[in-house]
Amino acid sequence: MLQTAQRQSKTKKPAPPHERFLEAFRWMLLTRTLEEKLVSLYRGGLITGGVYIGKGQEAVSAACGLFLQKGDIFAPLIRDQAGRSAFGEPLLDVTRTYLGSRQGPMRGRDGNIHRGRPQDNQLAMVSHLGAMISVTVGALMAKRFKGEKDFIGLACIGEGGMQTGAFHEGMNIAAVEQVPLVIVATNNHYAYSTPNDREFACHDLVDRAIGYGFEGYNLDGTDLSGCLEVIGGAVKRARAGRPPQLIVASVLRLSGHGEHDDASYVTEEMKRQPFARDCLKVAEQTIADLKLADADTLAAWRKEAAAKVDEAIATAQKEAPPEGDKEDWCALSTRDLVDQLETID
Amino acid sequence: MSITYLEAIREAQAKLLRDDKRVFIYGQDVGGAFGGAFKATKGLAKEFPGRVLNAPISEDAMVGTAIGAAIEGMRPIVEMQFADFSSIALNQILNNAGTHYWRTNVPVPITIRLPSGGTKGSGPFHSQSMESIYAHYPGLIVMTPATVEDAYTMLIEAVAIDDPVVYCEHKYLYYHLKADQLPTESVPTGTARIAREGRDLTIVSYSAMVHEALAVAEQLASEGFEIEVVDLRSVKPLDTNTVLASVARTGRLLCVGESFPWGGVTAEVIARVGAEGFHLLDAAPQRLNAKDTPIPYHPNLWSAHRPNANVIARKARALLRE
Repeated sequence: MLQTAQRQSKTKKPAPPHERFLEAFRWMLLTRTLEEKLVSLYRGGLITGGVYIGKGQEAVSAACGLFLQKGDIFAPLIRDQAGRSAFGEPLLDVTRTYLGSRQGPMRGRDGNIHRGRPQDNQLAMVSHLGAMISVTVGALMAKRFKGEKDFIGLACIGEGGMQTGAFHEGMNIAAVEQVPLVIVATNNHYAYSTPNDREFACHDLVDRAIGYGFEGYNLDGTDLSGCLEVIGGAVKRARAGRPPQLIVASVLRLSGHGEHDDASYVTEEMKRQPFARDCLKVAEQTIADLKLADADTLAAWRKEAAAKVDEAIATAQKEAPPEGDKEDWCALSTRDLVDQLETID
Repeated sequence: MSITYLEAIREAQAKLLRDDKRVFIYGQDVGGAFGGAFKATKGLAKEFPGRVLNAPISEDAMVGTAIGAAIEGMRPIVEMQFADFSSIALNQILNNAGTHYWRTNVPVPITIRLPSGGTKGSGPFHSQSMESIYAHYPGLIVMTPATVEDAYTMLIEAVAIDDPVVYCEHKYLYYHLKADQLPTESVPTGTARIAREGRDLTIVSYSAMVHEALAVAEQLASEGFEIEVVDLRSVKPLDTNTVLASVARTGRLLCVGESFPWGGVTAEVIARVGAEGFHLLDAAPQRLNAKDTPIPYHPNLWSAHRPNANVIARKARALLRE
């Protein structure tokens, strides 16, 4: 039987935290530290292109990366730095890609959040939203064809990406193929500047789950324990052979779409909503309330995160950028099938 | 024994499924007892259980799924029911498969079969030739087999290639074209074929238009002209050298394609010959394509929309007089 959506509960008294709370918190902290640094590099003109951060979405994202094991497939999206790091992406991949080092996984050929290591099961997103859902399904089908056991896939999306045709096709094909997939959709209430009421008209996005043959769950994305419980539970159910899982987390994007965007369109009323809380601050409060770590420990974690970020940035900054006249301008791996047309020398 | 172009495609897939565990076929109606809209997978689902799978009408997701499976080590073949419907999957083909190796260094060995080109009464949405669109984008190989032998060997090669291949099979040739047997040898992709030798004019073509060009060559032979017909076999990579060598022999060039006229394969061939072989030409190079309208339904209109032997012969005669 498919389960319908469960409505989120109102804020309760602090309950005992999830057993992986502090572990997840540290990924959130590392992400916030890293992304604040990337923003200042961007503002200083040291990053070309754009910077897209996940401020306010770190709790959801960290939980996504945390429950995946070796052999699982992860398809992160724009605001999933915390998940990427928790899944095992080295910080150097981030700084090398943003700073245009030739040694990064994308080697200057693609930038910012369009990065991945498909050979290590971290898929490299394309900008066209929804496209990575079916790619994740295919990777899971391949694992089944090959007779692998105990694997799942987790794909991230936003409420904006949920409105694409590709997302619809991807959800449907995932359910048809009955692959062990978890889709974590974060409703951050804006697609760039467009608010929810111009994005969709259904009562609740999670209601779509049953329409596709998914099991659906709502989530307060500002509550780290809740994120760990709900996303961890979905991962567990997918691993146990339950139908594909859809989670819809509610947050507010606490930044612009990118750092070029001042997000002046976010209304004051929106900023007062419960989902507009900063998940990192909420988690810090929980740590203080429940005395999960003392101030010295927190300070040490912050220092460690800053040191790691500084090191990754310093390393990438020292590395050579790609150069047009030394680039291997070849889009095929089969070199003898490269078309011999005249292009720019 | 005789084997059709369509049977060769089926046999190639049977061999691929037999020889390579990584191969599976994904597409609308390919599974079960049905065997696809054109029966190109007839019987394969039964012979290879679990490896010839019906997909929902979700071209984008079909190709996305194939990409994911290929990244994970499989060799999927996606059958589009008609080439026309691959437009729904353009994003996955062009932006995902086509960019993946360049971006990530991880190749995507998928083969997308496109039942292409016009047949009588098929109309605007079941007749298209999409090769120029796919050839325009980086990161893809585009095959356009014109013979039973190439239909067989090129499909096998397509699956072996580590990069995404768009395999344009022509529906008009499915039943019309027959060979005595399946080939045991193959010509590598990227090498064009001299389908008929001549010295007065080169007609460069591919897919079904090769046969129109051969008919023209036969017709003009009776008028005393020797027409050389070059079958490109793959439009990307495009074998410029064989084309230039032919033009060096004949001094005249006519390119014929079934797809729409703006840009495309014929324009590309002429641009290359103009840039690299201008000195070889005794007359301005010419090209013929379909008309710049959607493809019509009625046979009378359809046969006037695409190049046929009569139109090609008229153009060839004019070029020979120059």
